[in-house]
Amino acid sequence: MNKTAPIANTFRSGPDERGHFGNHGGRFVAETLMPLILSLEQAYNAAKVDPAFHAELDGLHKTYSGRPSPLYFAERMTEHLGGAKIYFKREELNHTGSHKINNCLGQVLLARRMGKTRIIAETGAGQHGVAVATVCARFGLPCVIYMGETDVARQKPNVFRMKLLGAEVRPVTSGSRTLKDAMNEALRDWVSNVEDTFYIIGTAAGPHPYPAMVRDFQAIIGEEARAQILEAEGRLPDALVAAVGGGSNAIGLFYPFLDERDVAIYGVEAAGRGLGTDEHAASISGGRPGVLHGNRTYLLQDEDGQIKEAHSISAGLDYPGIGPEHSWLNDVGRVKYVPITDREALAAFQSVTRLEGIIPALESAHALAYVEKLAPTMGSDRIIIANFSGRGDKDVFAVADHLGVEM
Amino acid sequence: MTAHHRTRIDDRFAALAAEGRAALVTFITAGDPDHGTSLAILKGLPAAGADVIELGMPFTDPMADGPAIQASSLRALAAGQTLKKTLDLVREFRVSDNATPLVLMGYYNPIYSYGVERFLTDARTAGVDGLIVVDLPPEEDGELCLPALQAGLNFIRLATPTTDEKRLPAVLNNTSGFVYYVSITGITGTRAAEAASIRQALERIRAHTRLPIAVGFGVKTAAQAAAIAAHADAVVVGSALVEAIRASLDGSVASARTVGEVHGLVRSLAQGVRGARAAAAE
Repeated sequence: MNKTAPIANTFRSGPDERGHFGNHGGRFVAETLMPLILSLEQAYNAAKVDPAFHAELDGLHKTYSGRPSPLYFAERMTEHLGGAKIYFKREELNHTGSHKINNCLGQVLLARRMGKTRIIAETGAGQHGVAVATVCARFGLPCVIYMGETDVARQKPNVFRMKLLGAEVRPVTSGSRTLKDAMNEALRDWVSNVEDTFYIIGTAAGPHPYPAMVRDFQAIIGEEARAQILEAEGRLPDALVAAVGGGSNAIGLFYPFLDERDVAIYGVEAAGRGLGTDEHAASISGGRPGVLHGNRTYLLQDEDGQIKEAHSISAGLDYPGIGPEHSWLNDVGRVKYVPITDREALAAFQSVTRLEGIIPALESAHALAYVEKLAPTMGSDRIIIANFSGRGDKDVFAVADHLGVEM
Repeated sequence: MTAHHRTRIDDRFAALAAEGRAALVTFITAGDPDHGTSLAILKGLPAAGADVIELGMPFTDPMADGPAIQASSLRALAAGQTLKKTLDLVREFRVSDNATPLVLMGYYNPIYSYGVERFLTDARTAGVDGLIVVDLPPEEDGELCLPALQAGLNFIRLATPTTDEKRLPAVLNNTSGFVYYVSITGITGTRAAEAASIRQALERIRAHTRLPIAVGFGVKTAAQAAAIAAHADAVVVGSALVEAIRASLDGSVASARTVGEVHGLVRSLAQGVRGARAAAAE
């Protein structure tokens, strides 16, 4: 290999040429998909250095999805918690209501470059599904979205949105009928339709180059936040907080700050009914390394290596794995992964809504719940940026249900 | 290439080549629908006409398999099957059969979880001859393929219609025992490929290797098996057998018919395979 060795004092050099972040990542897929994944890597590497690709993507960000998203000083929450100053990176203001559109715009342009004429995707809560359906409508591409039957039932507004946008939503009835099974079905579709189909993976997981590619498309969150906080405060923040399911919004915020040693970084995992129970989605806090969906990473699994079902109040977080770069950042100690339970997320969902007049997605509510714990422990001269990754419109029915309110 | 240990697979293919006929490779999932029934099915496969046995290691998320094989995995897991019990099954089978080659097929995570070194030692001791691990492409050979070859097990790789000329050598390098040609782009048990496209693929792969080539995915009937056996070195049948198990169940448990129905289907497939070359020559 004539590739230079990674520089020891950076956390931004991964993955290596085989797609590994330390012990994690890689390309663990059936042979049918290998040639396609290799050509995707080639196409992505070419696009990365093509100014025309970036110009088109930047234009779409600016005029179609509404970037840059603001960095907002959450004054009332700061006052209420009595500690560090809290800023929200407002990804929920993006077109389609979450950070997911950042990645979908990038991947759909790549699909077009590769001459693919059909798009498939998987979705949990439906945020990624809506973003995929949106870019497919925008570019006139047929699109099939796999979604666990359980999620179809609990995320009706998003299912309807996808259908309005012209996507076909295929409910998945195998396995636990949630996100991991939707991903299995999408992979099966892809194996069966490799010639014309592009698989838009929604999170920073899956076989190389997806984890790196999704991270790169989401890094715009952290790049903007960095410039915005410098402008607002004249310095970098003391802490970053983001929710982690697969981890795409989190890696997007974290990546541009990884080498800033003075910035503490927290990834918030969904602890469901508690890490001590069998009902959580905390792959790092409650799992161990294994191989699933094309990469090695922390997974929820039993003693025999069988994948366990994840549980979270948030359909977007109940995935039994996590992006491989997060697994590595945990192993090297750069990012601290902390648990937040369903109950804590639900409480934060309500308090943030009341205090700031913004209804967060249940995913984001996990990050905000951790901010509620962290901020009071820090001085009032300290700064936290929390990623407000999505809006909660889609979750109001689920939350009403949990609160015992009939709608 | 690692030092090559001769295995039951090599011996069996050499013997069949001398006989001038193709092999019937049968797939069942270990522990489906329960350990005892699975052992009874396994033990009777050679007499019914199976030349090589593929034994599936159940996994919760078999992403390259179709609904039939996924369902068989879930049945086995529900009945308490584990990787350790799958190796027990092989050991019990070897008590009465020391000649039929046996290949374990599955996904990497249960092996990784068990521990690669320990798995290879235990598999070899139990009487396993080869491994097919669907989600380990040549790019990840260091994980299991190379240690397996070192331990004296064959590592059988899948080649597919998307494996082009440029990639074939990488796929065939470190492959031993036989090459498994997946005749369609798709999941197991769905559709069958055209005979002409299979012939073409066989020619293409034979230009690169002297290993026997087995063809599978979508083969359901004796006639289909015969058509492939006329040209390939082996025919693999999996989903159809697993489906026969499912169809024989009484609710979710084995019935008195289960073992017999599977063996009956294998006998008919074996007849197709054994008659194939003669029929093709007529």
